[in-house]
Amino acid sequence: MADWVEACAVDDVDEEDVIRFDHGGRSFAIYRSPDDAFFATDGFCTHEKAHLADGLVMDDIIECPKHNGRFNYKTGQAKGAPVCINLKTYPVKIEAGKVMIDIG
Amino acid sequence: MTTASSTKRDYSLVGESTRRAIETGLASAEWYHTDVPRKTMKELMQRSDGPAIRDTIIWIAAVLGSALGIVWFWGTWWVVPFLFVYGVLYGSSSDSRWHECGHGTAFRTRWMNDVVYHIASFMLMRNPVQWRWSHARHHTDTIIVGRDAEIAVMRPPDLLKAALAFTGILDIRYSLPTLLRQAFGTLSEDEKSYIPQMEQHKAVIAARWHMVVYAATITVAIALGSWIPLVLIGLPRLYGTWHMVLTGLLQHIGLADNVTDHRLNTRTVYMNPVSRFIYWNMNYHVEHHMFPMVPYHALPKLHELIKHDLPVANPSMWHAYREVWPVLLKQLKYEDFYLKRELPPTAKPYRGEFHDLDITAAAAE
Repeated sequence: MADWVEACAVDDVDEEDVIRFDHGGRSFAIYRSPDDAFFATDGFCTHEKAHLADGLVMDDIIECPKHNGRFNYKTGQAKGAPVCINLKTYPVKIEAGKVMIDIG
Repeated sequence: MTTASSTKRDYSLVGESTRRAIETGLASAEWYHTDVPRKTMKELMQRSDGPAIRDTIIWIAAVLGSALGIVWFWGTWWVVPFLFVYGVLYGSSSDSRWHECGHGTAFRTRWMNDVVYHIASFMLMRNPVQWRWSHARHHTDTIIVGRDAEIAVMRPPDLLKAALAFTGILDIRYSLPTLLRQAFGTLSEDEKSYIPQMEQHKAVIAARWHMVVYAATITVAIALGSWIPLVLIGLPRLYGTWHMVLTGLLQHIGLADNVTDHRLNTRTVYMNPVSRFIYWNMNYHVEHHMFPMVPYHALPKLHELIKHDLPVANPSMWHAYREVWPVLLKQLKYEDFYLKRELPPTAKPYRGEFHDLDITAAAAE
């Protein structure tokens, strides 16, 4: 069942960057790609508990700040050691200048 | 100079110290980071292929040039300077290439990192899969006894072993049998503790490839009736490791263990430009551990930005070794003894218990 929540304003995220969004005891990462699309994933790396919002966005890749593990933040795919488990992704939509994610 | 605990250290990764590190929250802990604005950090983290391509071209050209010199002047004394250069490039600078490319920060392009990583791993006689995971653990639990798989000098220090490390004898004595064992499909309990099960078969395959190349090299050497193939492949671990050890030992030696603040267990040392090229700026080691996303070529800039929050860097390798030597001697008798890093007045404190310990009296007993 869909559960859309407002994560941030569109302008809160720079292009090719990521910010953190915490909600209901959970943590998420909100991305803005170089082509100005928005995406959302779980906030923490699947390898160890490091927040991806402190990492580096390069094209469609987010690199974890702790061990440089890389994920495709659009699909959640882990791109190789030291990350082996895919990242959970969430649907995103833009409404009235707000980034909404479906955490249901 | 202080102590952190009075318990005998168990450096196994599946032993008593491991259990204690997990129980006390030292394992996978939250570590101190100097505040750096996100915008600035993003700029520092930016990847570029340019600097690493330039440095790699210089590196490969120097490796091939000195190898050619060895072949050309073999049998004469003129071979000595070529052996010196080739040995350091093969046996020492490969370590920093392995390191930076393992982090994926040297090049922006992933495959370039991977290619150089595998070549450098081979030069170092390191299983590329095993060491990728051991280094991830080293960054998670830096100098946490029972967790960190890459503690170079354990306490009490074995000074003979540390001295022999400069020759590469111990390195080969460890690395070759390890690769051979892994090639036959056996991983140790320590290795299994940090290599995920789904990755373990890759470590075995990598070890087999390394052994195939060494077997081929020996075959060629026998066929040619010449030492040259072995002097070029394998043996540089003996005669070219010294610079890697000279620079690498200083990263953590003599400093605190079991603390979650890199300012206390890691050392930044100013070095000459040649050593910095060989070492790819890893002399800025506190900075690297605190922010492993920052590529080697941006570390000097990061250092300038955060040095107000770090202990004063050692001005030279000589200075650092002079500082460490008496600490090592003291540790022979009191293994809890260590060199306490003093933070400048501008630094933010973190976890006061790591700073306030004092065993001056105990050490004087």
